[in-house]
Amino acid sequence: MNFTFTDEQKMLAEVVRKLMDDRCPPPALRSLMDAGAVHDKGRWAAIVETGLMPVLVPAEQDGLGLAEVDFAIVAEAAGRAALPEPLVEHAGIALPLLAAAAPGHTLLSAAMAGEVTVAIGHPVNPLVADADTAAALLLVHDGELHLVERDAVRLIRKPSIDPFRRLFAVEWVPSPASRLATAATAGPLLADALDRGALFAAAQCLGIAQRCVDLAVDYAKERTQFGKPIGSTQAVKHLLANVQVKIEFARPVLQSAAARFAARDVRSRAVISHAKLVAAEAADLGARTAIQVHGAMGYSWEVDVHFFLKRALALTYAWGDPAFHTARIEQRVLNHPLGPDQTFLNETDHA
Amino acid sequence: MNLTYTPEQRAFRAEIRDWLARHVPDKPLPSFDATREGFEAHRAWERTLAEGRWGMVTWPREYGGRGVDLIQWLIFEEEYYRSGAPGRVNQNGIFLLGPTLMEFGTPEQKARFLPAMASGDEIWAQAWSEPQAGSDLASVRATATRDGDHYMLNGLKTWSSRAAFADWAFGLFRTEPGSQRHKGLTLILFPLNAPGVTVKPIARIDGKVGFAEIFLDDVRVPVSQRLGDDGQGWHICMVTAGFERGLMLRSPARYQVAAARLAALYRRQGNPADSATRAAVARAWMDAEAYALSIYSTASRILAGQPIGPETSTNKIFWSELDVALNRVALSILGARAELMPDPDEPDPTGDWLDDYIFSLAGPIYAGSNEIQRNIIAERMLGLPR
Repeated sequence: MNFTFTDEQKMLAEVVRKLMDDRCPPPALRSLMDAGAVHDKGRWAAIVETGLMPVLVPAEQDGLGLAEVDFAIVAEAAGRAALPEPLVEHAGIALPLLAAAAPGHTLLSAAMAGEVTVAIGHPVNPLVADADTAAALLLVHDGELHLVERDAVRLIRKPSIDPFRRLFAVEWVPSPASRLATAATAGPLLADALDRGALFAAAQCLGIAQRCVDLAVDYAKERTQFGKPIGSTQAVKHLLANVQVKIEFARPVLQSAAARFAARDVRSRAVISHAKLVAAEAADLGARTAIQVHGAMGYSWEVDVHFFLKRALALTYAWGDPAFHTARIEQRVLNHPLGPDQTFLNETDHA
Repeated sequence: MNLTYTPEQRAFRAEIRDWLARHVPDKPLPSFDATREGFEAHRAWERTLAEGRWGMVTWPREYGGRGVDLIQWLIFEEEYYRSGAPGRVNQNGIFLLGPTLMEFGTPEQKARFLPAMASGDEIWAQAWSEPQAGSDLASVRATATRDGDHYMLNGLKTWSSRAAFADWAFGLFRTEPGSQRHKGLTLILFPLNAPGVTVKPIARIDGKVGFAEIFLDDVRVPVSQRLGDDGQGWHICMVTAGFERGLMLRSPARYQVAAARLAALYRRQGNPADSATRAAVARAWMDAEAYALSIYSTASRILAGQPIGPETSTNKIFWSELDVALNRVALSILGARAELMPDPDEPDPTGDWLDDYIFSLAGPIYAGSNEIQRNIIAERMLGLPR
């Protein structure tokens, strides 16, 4: 029983955080927006250079063969920066799905090299993110998994309130040639994709929540009213402390959920849903609290907090909304053994 | 990150589970806060635990423990709460003063006090708060005046849990006349039956005498009962408060067992059409699990040699709020029967939830009010100005 990160994982966290601090500070988000650009090619190249694409691809397919615990570290840093590029959906969800459904697929090496991206249209989400910049889309029809080239589909842009989320409705025609996996094979793989999606959305939310607290703390130290920093008043302190409590009790749930991903049972899935719910709540409370602490400035376009509010809003409902995840937790709570000796057990521990 | 138990940890769980199955009383003991009889019944249970060397498993063997690590401590607590074993009447001793003595006590003090604490022969009360020193603990006025190799204690301590029936207390006193705030304070251990000590029980909102006032009138105690040095009292108290808010006082297992009971209550008596209550049951389980995972995470970090920090303040807020919320869900399932007092002839134990709910309302107040904890989080974790 050991709940700590390895030195390699701590190093990964440091490297990705620094990468995001250097390459994705709020002024960079604003210049991307002002330029009307979709992605920042230089930033994407730096992310690829860091070696984050193949993290979840098995070593037998020339990936790094790391685990969800490792990618959750990456996703948290991406959330903290409100990263516009599809690092999480491409490297965290689409690539391991493609590698599992079609080992050795010709697209895989280019996708691992970051030369192309793959978008995913999972049935749990109504739209497909970053479909326009992808080389191909993983799509589902009657439970079957298909891989379709972007040029073979029709994309209809659906603007999101998050200026950096690019969502599309996809019109396409499935064919035997595009089919990667039958419904029977695809089912468990899509369940994995959903769990990764929920897990990494949770990780991003945790990053968003802490970023919002950090922004609000910086402001509350500087902004003076009544002759003293507003952050010295208990009313403001307690607002921010409440968010930090939310974060502190979402983080170990996220880590546990990531560490237990591979069990793929009702218990491990309940922990993933738990992480998704509480991390999204932390991000929502964090963003709203940061706006409140910034006062009228917080409601302005000029202050960066709204980027995080909008990303938190999007991720709260993506990859299973709160009702979906609450239902998974209720299923576990009402139908399976509870108690302090059950926390770390898997289904098979009872076989 | 490896979230599975080792074979050694599993064997430890099996051992304590087996022992508890053979020793836990069939019937719940009467409350230790209501009567002397209930208090003594709990003392007898502490002796039984000590005979099995289960009194305080993390302590070294020489003081009656087993020298096990914090993960095994959590496993012990999980099995303890699962078994429905009696509450720990000496929690102020074993969970607060014990670890503090281990860190700051002389070898003589450890040998004198720890074994008697582990065996239940000496039950402890905490004597810190005063009428004018609650959240603002540094405004302590009670004095300890040096007189040769003794101190003379004078003043009034209050809200002292277990003091109505306890044997000893550990108190915070001003040893330096005229000193201000955190300076000049010293921690001194004193017997509650010493000449000059008068204990006046205070009734709680449930009518039980869970705490008391302690009047001190020229109480003479030897200097050897001072813990740490003169003037070190504040620092030691803050370390103790860390134990109190952090790992020791409120084991996650307590809430995990309560969440399991709550789910059972919902399955038995809940309205299947009431999705709000069902979601609240799930939420109670989530919060209890989150608290457990957080404590395992903290224990792992302590085992890896990292210090325990202001996160103890987030713990205290989280467990006290989840306790209130969890019990309120139970009351909402019981509905109009929620107000019924415990009745020995009633087959359905409605009254336990009511008792637990009323007790939970103290949580956000004691061990440093949650408002004080929020200040600590804001100032020490987030770096906001005082």
